This record gives sequence, structure tokens and C-alpha cells, in this order.
Amino acid sequence: MSEAISLNQSALDDPWSVPLSELDPSQPAVFQTDSQFGFFERLRAEDPVHYHEDSIFGPYWSITKFNDIMAVDKDHKRFSSDPGITLTERQADFSTPNFISMDPPKHDVQRKAVTGVVAPVNLAKLEPIIRERAANILDGLPIGETFNWVDHVSIELTTQMLATLFDFPFEDRRKLTYWSDMATSGELAGGPTPEPARRAAMLECLDYFQRLWREREGVAPDVGIDLISMMANNPDTQDMDPMEYLGNLILLIVGGNDTTRNSISGGVLFLNENPDQYAKLRANPALITSMVPEIIRYQTPLTYMRRTALEDVELRGKTIRKGDKLAMWYVSGNRDEEVIDRPKDFIIDRANPRHHLSFGFGIHRCMGNRLAEMQLRLLWEEILNRFEHVEVVGPPERVQSSFVRGYSDLPVVVHPKR
Amino acid sequence: MPSVKFIEHNGKEHVVEGDNGDSLMVIATSNLVPGIDADCGGECSCATCHVLVDDAWMDKLSPISETEESMLDLNPDREPNSRLSCQIPLSDDLDGIVVNLPEFQY
Repeated sequence: MSEAISLNQSALDDPWSVPLSELDPSQPAVFQTDSQFGFFERLRAEDPVHYHEDSIFGPYWSITKFNDIMAVDKDHKRFSSDPGITLTERQADFSTPNFISMDPPKHDVQRKAVTGVVAPVNLAKLEPIIRERAANILDGLPIGETFNWVDHVSIELTTQMLATLFDFPFEDRRKLTYWSDMATSGELAGGPTPEPARRAAMLECLDYFQRLWREREGVAPDVGIDLISMMANNPDTQDMDPMEYLGNLILLIVGGNDTTRNSISGGVLFLNENPDQYAKLRANPALITSMVPEIIRYQTPLTYMRRTALEDVELRGKTIRKGDKLAMWYVSGNRDEEVIDRPKDFIIDRANPRHHLSFGFGIHRCMGNRLAEMQLRLLWEEILNRFEHVEVVGPPERVQSSFVRGYSDLPVVVHPKR
Repeated sequence: MPSVKFIEHNGKEHVVEGDNGDSLMVIATSNLVPGIDADCGGECSCATCHVLVDDAWMDKLSPISETEESMLDLNPDREPNSRLSCQIPLSDDLDGIVVNLPEFQY
């Protein structure tokens, strides 16, 4: 055990110093210490389709080049999303199926039941609401003192948004944040939350949402455009069993919350790390349009998606066997110099900024991608209206996960415009 | 060179020429016609180059592939004349084709 830990530490200190077989990016410590890019640079250079014989998740393949990831992501016939999209094995006694972890045709009907909530016509209605909320949050920030941007802004804005999409009791909205964090921080995924505590939180979430379901079941569809009413009144989803309801809730809560939250925090950090880009933005706020997808590329809030091979597949001369697990490391493909110009640089006015992997490609592509972009755009417009500088005054704290690339603390001081 | 007429959602028309074999997506984006995002760059895997083909031209197009079908199918705003413009290569037969752009891509 101690030998494994010391090898791990060597890899974190210098990923080029250890044998390739010791380089395992699925360890949460890699991301918690922000050491991942060296790992992936070496994997892309030396073995871009790499088989890890062992990890806390068992054996798996790392796919690290942009175009290989695109090829696997598109190929849902040979690379299944069932039984799950993280490397963690599904627990037979606590299985929470959801549509991102399904293949067609069931995936398609369940996704279609809820996708209308982020349809463009609905986004247009949400825009003024989000702008007003962003303005209120920013106007309430303390001036002249250090505070945690993650909690005050990133979590608050995304959680308010999510409460609206579920028509969830607004005063209880931080429960959504709590359930989202519990869902992704389980010890089986290498996180800090003991499995019994995670399950208890998930059942509490189910219990709460079952009450909302019962209230909205049978209500005329034109009354509710919220996600719960949509699922409760659609023939394709109204008969879901409780654990499948829970699975889809967690998918929508994590997808609508954790991801945008971390891109909001990441954007502040990246602009502070790149003062020339921050100056360019202040001089020309219209660059928000191209900055937003660049933030999402640079952050890559979900580091990978897992697939499972349904048959033997050749990729770059390697044979991926039927039943093998693959991690498509979006966070690596987004730094692939063969596809992205100067990928290590944060450049707010790139050409083709949306050509990144953070939303995935193919039938499982993020359905909320335009909502995510809109939230970031509106928030940055309102930030630039008010603040000369959102100054990062200390190092960020990162979450212990190899799936969610996120922050728990980002200390800042805001400087209002004169 | 054959030409394409793109009509924005607000009615603004763009008539542009393109090379045979280039997709309508490439022709639109390389001529800065607004309304096509093409996030994936022509891989038929994001559906953000969605267009509505003028009915008169529908019969002249090659059939929808299984991959294009699976992407179009997920769009709640899909119409009978919906296509992904990255999957329509321009040819002399399509000289003058008219395509309408949706209000939003997603």
C-alpha cells in the first residue's frame, strides 16, 4: 500500500518520471492537485489509446486524442453507455438507471420527454429571469472583503436556475446543491462521502421529489413546463419505477448544476491567470460570445465519459475487447495540439471556439449546452457592467473527483467600477 | 460554380457560390452566413447545422443516413424538411437550392 502511494506521489510530482503503467489519471488526487495535464500530455504522446491494467475502478482504456474521442463518442452502436457513463461500477442493490446511461431506443424516448425544457423558445423566456437573478446576486456581494465566489455566485446562480427548471420550492433550493454534491462524491468513485451516507441522501432526494411528482401527476401539460411535470405526464416516462426516476433526477441535477457552476468559477480563475485576456475583455465586452465556449473548453467540467465496448474494436492498432471499459478523456482531447491551436493557452477570441469536447458529441451530447452558454454569457455581461476586477486573492480548492473537475473554494475580492 | 440561397430566420437572403462536393454547412460558414453553428465541424454529431430545405428541392437530396437520422431525431423542433447541412454536398444538380435557417441551433 505504501509503495502504491509513493508511486502515486511521484507521478503527481512528475508524470514523465514513472513507468507508463503507473500513470493512472482516474485517481481523484490527480485532479484535486490539478496535475492532470502532464498525465495526458504524456499519454497523448506515447500511448494515446492506453490500457490501464488496474485502477480503483478495475482495468480500463484511456482515449486521449480529440479525433479518437470523437470517433468513439459517435459510435454508439459499438460503444454502449449502458451500464453507466462513469468508471464506477453500478451497484446491483442500488441501481439508478437514467437516460444518459442507456442506448437507443429507450434513451431517445426518455431524453425527448424532457428536452423541451431547454428548447430555444423556453430559453428565450428564461433569459430575462436569469439576467435579473445574476444582477441581484452580484449587487448583493460584499465589497472590500474576501469571500468564496463558488458559494456566493457560482452555486447560487446555477441552483436558482435548476430550481426554476424543476419548479422546485425556491427556499429549499440548496437541497439540490447538496444532493448533487452527494451524488458525485461517493467513496466508490474515489470521493470523500461514505456509501451509506450517499445512499441516504439519494433516498431523501427521491422522497422529496416523489411528493412533487404526486402533486403534478395528471395536471394539464400546458400548466407545467417544468421537468417533473414533463416526466409525470409523458406516456414514455410516467410509469418509471422510483429508482429510474431517481436516476433521471440525479442526471438532470448534476447536469444542470455542477457543470455550469464550475465553468462560472473557472472563468474568473482563468481571467486572473491571464491578465492580458482580462484586459482584452474589458476593452471589448462583445468578446463574451467567444469567451464563453473557450471557458467551457478550458474548464472541461466533466473530465470524461465512459463507454463499454459491445464488440472487439481496433483503434490505433490496439484491440479493445468486448466488455472493456473506456474513458473518453474530454479534458485531454480539449488540449490536443493536433486539433486545437495553442491548446494550453486561454484565448477569449479564438476562431471556432465551440469546436471542443466538453459537451460530448453524438446522441448523448449535452442537451443543456445552449442554456449553459446563456447563463455564462448573461453573468459575464452583468459582471462587466459592475466590476472593474473580480480579483482572485488565494489559491482555489478543488474537489476530490476524477469525473467532476470543480472547485469548492475560490477566494476573491470584487472591485466596483468607478 | 453552383450557388445556394440561404434564408435567415428574419428573411434576409444570402446567395453564395460553392465548389461541388463542399457541404452546405462549409459553404455557409466560409461565407459568414449567420445561423449555422456547426460545433462538431462536419462530423454529423452535434446537429447545430440544422436547416429546413425548401420543399421543391427535397427530392433531389440523397437520403438521410442512419447517423443523421439519430441526430435529427433528438431535435424537438424537427420538421419534415429538416436536414443537417453538413450532410448535403453541393452538386450541379443542386445549383440554386434554397434552404431556410432555423431561429436557433441547439
